[in-house]
Amino acid sequence: MSSANDRNDRIEPREDDAWLARPSTIRLLWRVFAVVLAVSVAAQLLFKVKGYFTADGWLGFGAVFGFLSCVAMVLFAKVMGWVLKREEKYYAEPEDD
Amino acid sequence: MIDFIPPALILLAGALLIGLTRGWVRTAVVLLTPLLTLAAVWQVPDGVVLTLDFLQYPIEPIEGSPLRRLFATIFALMAFAGGLFAYRQARWYELAAAYAYAAGAVGVSFSGDLISLFLFWELMALFSTVVVWCGGTPGARAAGIRYAIMHLLGGVILKVGIEGVMIHTGSIDVRPMLADNFDHWMILIGILINAAAPPLSAWLSDAYPESSPTGSVFLSAFTTKTAVLALILLFPGEPLLIGIGLFMVMYGIIYALLENNIRRILAFSIVNQVGFMVCAIGIGTQMAINGAAAHAFAHIIYKALLFMSAGVVVYRTGRSKCSEVGGLFRTMPLTAVCGIIGALAISGFPLTSGFTTKTMISQAAADESLVWVYFLLAAASAGVFLHAGIKFPWFVFFQRDSGLRPKDAPWNMGAAMVFFAVLCILFGVAPQLLYDYLPYPVEYEAYTASKVVFYLQLLLFSGLAFFLMLPLMRRTETISLDTDWLWRVGLARLADASLALMTRLGGGLTAGATWLGGKLGAHGRRLFGSRTLDGRRVHGVFARAWPIGTTALWIAVLLTTYVFFYYIA
Repeated sequence: MSSANDRNDRIEPREDDAWLARPSTIRLLWRVFAVVLAVSVAAQLLFKVKGYFTADGWLGFGAVFGFLSCVAMVLFAKVMGWVLKREEKYYAEPEDD
Repeated sequence: MIDFIPPALILLAGALLIGLTRGWVRTAVVLLTPLLTLAAVWQVPDGVVLTLDFLQYPIEPIEGSPLRRLFATIFALMAFAGGLFAYRQARWYELAAAYAYAAGAVGVSFSGDLISLFLFWELMALFSTVVVWCGGTPGARAAGIRYAIMHLLGGVILKVGIEGVMIHTGSIDVRPMLADNFDHWMILIGILINAAAPPLSAWLSDAYPESSPTGSVFLSAFTTKTAVLALILLFPGEPLLIGIGLFMVMYGIIYALLENNIRRILAFSIVNQVGFMVCAIGIGTQMAINGAAAHAFAHIIYKALLFMSAGVVVYRTGRSKCSEVGGLFRTMPLTAVCGIIGALAISGFPLTSGFTTKTMISQAAADESLVWVYFLLAAASAGVFLHAGIKFPWFVFFQRDSGLRPKDAPWNMGAAMVFFAVLCILFGVAPQLLYDYLPYPVEYEAYTASKVVFYLQLLLFSGLAFFLMLPLMRRTETISLDTDWLWRVGLARLADASLALMTRLGGGLTAGATWLGGKLGAHGRRLFGSRTLDGRRVHGVFARAWPIGTTALWIAVLLTTYVFFYYIA
């Protein structure tokens, strides 16, 4: 473990060489993602979703439900963060510093 | 007598041999004992195989059933993959402790009575603490002590329940019960502490990230899943578990969203995933129990895979926080791909083991018309993708370029990751391989168009929500308070406050006593006399020489008073 740090050849981030990190690729990925999202909803026209409780069979229910659940959870976590978050040294004993 | 070696004993012997051997012999011991254990697990027939007498109680250390074999199988497989992942990097005593810990888990799987179950339970508590300590840092030592206290406390509570059941029923059989009396409550609480159920779940996210990069892989697998098995065996259909499970599911998501430490995110997602299983056990139907067992099996694989991927990152970079890494996909493609497969599996993406197992639990909720449970589990499935499925790979392997260019995984770590990544996909595309070994016959079709479309929508739009709300999820260098605040800070403050109160009370008493003593002393010296520092005697009032006239006067006063009262009377 002690030698683990030595193995990192830290280089200065410069213009990104990685294909995945280029802005053009990211734009492309967003477009592909948008198409995939649309297809996942459109697929419901072809393959009927069998709802167990009526609502979950509606067109795009999974999409809206998934999206809104996540928004609600992120916002709730944000609010909880104001109450629960503390600096990392919060529990540290004075002699650990 | 039995004609095979008890599986737990093989792993325990392996743990001992790891300490006694060196070099390639030790490597052979590490890699072969879990495979021998696996072979032994499949030799265990159904029913009680071995009965011993201990204080007039029939001890049944080995009882076979499909459910028990399923859990023992995954524990043995986990020991193998963990051993492969760790044997070149971990210290020998960490490996030995991890194997003894795994032996405890296999032992619990086959325990037919509560006494053997308790013994193996404590074996796990003991050696998992050693694994935490093998983190080697002051933080790991402190977290290990807190971990040990919590598990010993859980063990005592469990033991109280077991003693109660022994005394009140005379039977120590492992059999289904409900939380309907004190004894059963104690057993339930003891097990739930190991399942990381609220309010005592903080030990998990406290201890696991403090262990070594290899230790956390073992820790992620055994403790919580043996608790799941114990709940299936002892409390199937206990309605309380539905609520507890749903709470765990949501707790895991919210805390993981707030977290910055890579392995702590994964630790919170263990609580989240175990919540799904606990909820299923609470539902208690055959479909639900199958779902809980299958999900536990799949979960051990993908969660260990995630911890392996995170472990390699910690091992190679020496950094453990999301805010310190990023962009690692450039030089760690294998670790990134395996991490992503684990992340997709935990999210329950179609074609992964998470999809074929977790959807059984949702199906069980739907079959029982539990509307709220069904929708909360669906929301939680979206949340899993959010907090673990995307958050973990995104912040570790992508987001910004941290400038770190570490090497990819050492070959043994890579091989272990590939092994488990293949299993994640195998049980995703061929779920029947797993369904055939579940406790009840499976009449469940995971891949209906309806389910695939619903879950794809759910997950893909969760992904959209993640990227749209990235600014709200900026990493902060913080920790989040949990119930352990009560004893790590609250209790300490209470102790400090009571100490201060005692000191003040004591100070007050001392001052009062000094004052009183001084007064009494002065009075006494005045009345009875004293001795000065140079030894001269000073006579007090009673020892003074009085003039004769004063005496005569006082006698006259006394006699007059006497005569006065004599006449009045």
